Amino acid sequence: MARIEQNDASAVVIIGSGAGGGTLAYELTRQGIPVVVLEAGKRQSTATFSQVPGEAFGQLTWLDRRTQSGSWDVAKSSPNMPAWHCKTVGGTTVHWTAACPRLELWEMKARSVYGNIAGTSLIDWPVSHEELLKYYEMAEKKMGVTRRNGIPGMPASNNFKVMYAGAKKLGYRKVHTGHLAINPKTFDGRGFCIQQGFCVQGCKMGAKWSTLYTDIPRAERTGKLDLRSECMASRIEHGEDGKVNAVVYRDAQGQEQRQKARIVCVAGNGIETPRLLLLSESAKFPKGLANSSDQVGRNYCHQINGFVWGFFEKPVYSWRGVTLGGVIEDEVFNEPKRGFVGGYRMELVTLDLPTLPLVGLPYGWGRDFAWMLENYRNMAGMLINGEDMPRAENRVTLNREVKDAHGLPVPNVHVDEHANDQALRKHAQGQMTKVFEAVGAKRVVLGPLPPATHNTCSARMSEKPEEGVTNAWGRTHDVKNLYISDGSVLTTPGSANPTLTIVALALRQAEHIVGEMKAGRI
Amino acid sequence: METLVRLDRREMLKTATGVLTGLVVAGSPLALIAGGPAWAVDLGALTSAEGAALMAMVRTIAPHDKLEDAAYALVIQAVDREAAKDEGLRKMIREGAAGLGADFAGKAESERVEALKKIESGAFFQTMRIKTLLTLYASPIAYAYFGYEGEAFSKGGYLYRGFNDLRWLAEVPAEDSGPMPGQR
Repeated sequence: MARIEQNDASAVVIIGSGAGGGTLAYELTRQGIPVVVLEAGKRQSTATFSQVPGEAFGQLTWLDRRTQSGSWDVAKSSPNMPAWHCKTVGGTTVHWTAACPRLELWEMKARSVYGNIAGTSLIDWPVSHEELLKYYEMAEKKMGVTRRNGIPGMPASNNFKVMYAGAKKLGYRKVHTGHLAINPKTFDGRGFCIQQGFCVQGCKMGAKWSTLYTDIPRAERTGKLDLRSECMASRIEHGEDGKVNAVVYRDAQGQEQRQKARIVCVAGNGIETPRLLLLSESAKFPKGLANSSDQVGRNYCHQINGFVWGFFEKPVYSWRGVTLGGVIEDEVFNEPKRGFVGGYRMELVTLDLPTLPLVGLPYGWGRDFAWMLENYRNMAGMLINGEDMPRAENRVTLNREVKDAHGLPVPNVHVDEHANDQALRKHAQGQMTKVFEAVGAKRVVLGPLPPATHNTCSARMSEKPEEGVTNAWGRTHDVKNLYISDGSVLTTPGSANPTLTIVALALRQAEHIVGEMKAGRI
Repeated sequence: METLVRLDRREMLKTATGVLTGLVVAGSPLALIAGGPAWAVDLGALTSAEGAALMAMVRTIAPHDKLEDAAYALVIQAVDREAAKDEGLRKMIREGAAGLGADFAGKAESERVEALKKIESGAFFQTMRIKTLLTLYASPIAYAYFGYEGEAFSKGGYLYRGFNDLRWLAEVPAEDSGPMPGQR
């Protein structure tokens, strides 16, 4: 691993080491470009991942204080935790469930296809689907995605057998064990999946793709990466010329440090990324960095989620096996006659104890609540993953009333659901109920909205500078050497779990940055 | 006394303010992991009477008739440990326990439910509810009771231990499933 001096202004500074930041770090360092990665979390490994659910949650989760407002249920059910993502080297690729669907062509033309829907801020992507497909293919090869490039699917688990049988009775056709970045057999020096079911606690086999044990060590072996864990960026600085030139951060001891930079790439997940831009306000950028459009933090999307549980007469043991090992894709299409625009996936899921009663079941206590746990063995589960509508007022802002451990304003997340979001969720819950009832569920329980795991679109790519924060390469419209490299740049969320798209866009952005540097334009 | 199972063995209290005790039910999940026929939990912030009232409260929040008291005692222990370190929490828990009334544990379940509904929106009830979920459903006793097998890495995963052993529905055709590792 390299050691880059703080006053060395030749380095690219990447903030965050997850799907976006970790991928970008390797793509740049392997081209000989020096990179400093500032990661707020600690470094774990397959050896240190805890297998006690509560401990693992504490080990990996971003638990810094946040506030919420708006009418969505999460603000009530989980007031201090709007989102569930990671704070650790490897970012959210450490706890993700590895689902790798692609966005569809029509999902990238949401404004054109869905029309002018009141109360939304829909726009089309500035990147074509054809263009993105090239990078999807690169990402899938690199991550070892199942059912792509000759890699077989995962074997069907008990939980999937229930979903599959029910889906087939309803006439669904696109039902399979999913496109997962999990090894059904050894691949790329990583082991094969032994169906532990502890995907969310960190995969101790390394069978699930994570930048923690792929791109980050590879980048370190180039001798060009200086990875600084437990270093929380607090401000991006710029010069008179309006270009960014340094990142201020707190190190593990809480000391303020400053790293000079040739280029800054922000990849801190969809809440911290806009927060950092807003925290970097200055005389030249009074509304926050790269925010002349006032779009930083706006259009925050999280995708429509929600658990649906089926209880059966006979055992399922849903916890055995890959957490998200199956999908029904037949509802991924746009048909306003269903009562909403956009589509959704039905994805296999289960939760451990005690996570199920804490976040998976509807609020309750007493006999009925206890009944669900008494029947945990006989429970099968599914999760909605649907497209939500961007809204200008659904946004990440700074809450200047509440300060974090370093005295900085915490992010506030405001979400008012659009009627389309609610109609889509209701439709999905209805279909999932039918799937379970088709195979004899004696009871179907609709879970509450969990904290958001797909935080996206809060610094979106746009053709027109006034409609977003970055151009089609994630380069901010306002600042030539400032890039956004995570899910914040998604123009709209679609119904695909976002990680594959984040990796694909990071690969594409890396090519662009290398080209710009070689051409001397940056 | 050697036959007592100290559920709090890891941190024995120097000065106990109360104690919860019970018998291990023969053949129960606890009997498999317990070292003897009885258990005891020392309390460091709460009295025995408060502990007993809270036990009844937690059983009303999460009524699993055949799940033994020892599992519920772990919740009281967790609350007690935090209350010993946090004066505000201690005050809230003690006042809450007093508010349940001296004979709370002796009341019929329907009466206990009615009493708890009246305080459901308050911080005391909500704190106890979350503590119950966090602790009760995370203990080895509860795992065994609910049939939850927990982490599997140390046992080689579920790959050869039943991840696909469901037989009451048809098998998934090969094109929508995938091979076991080592198979083509």
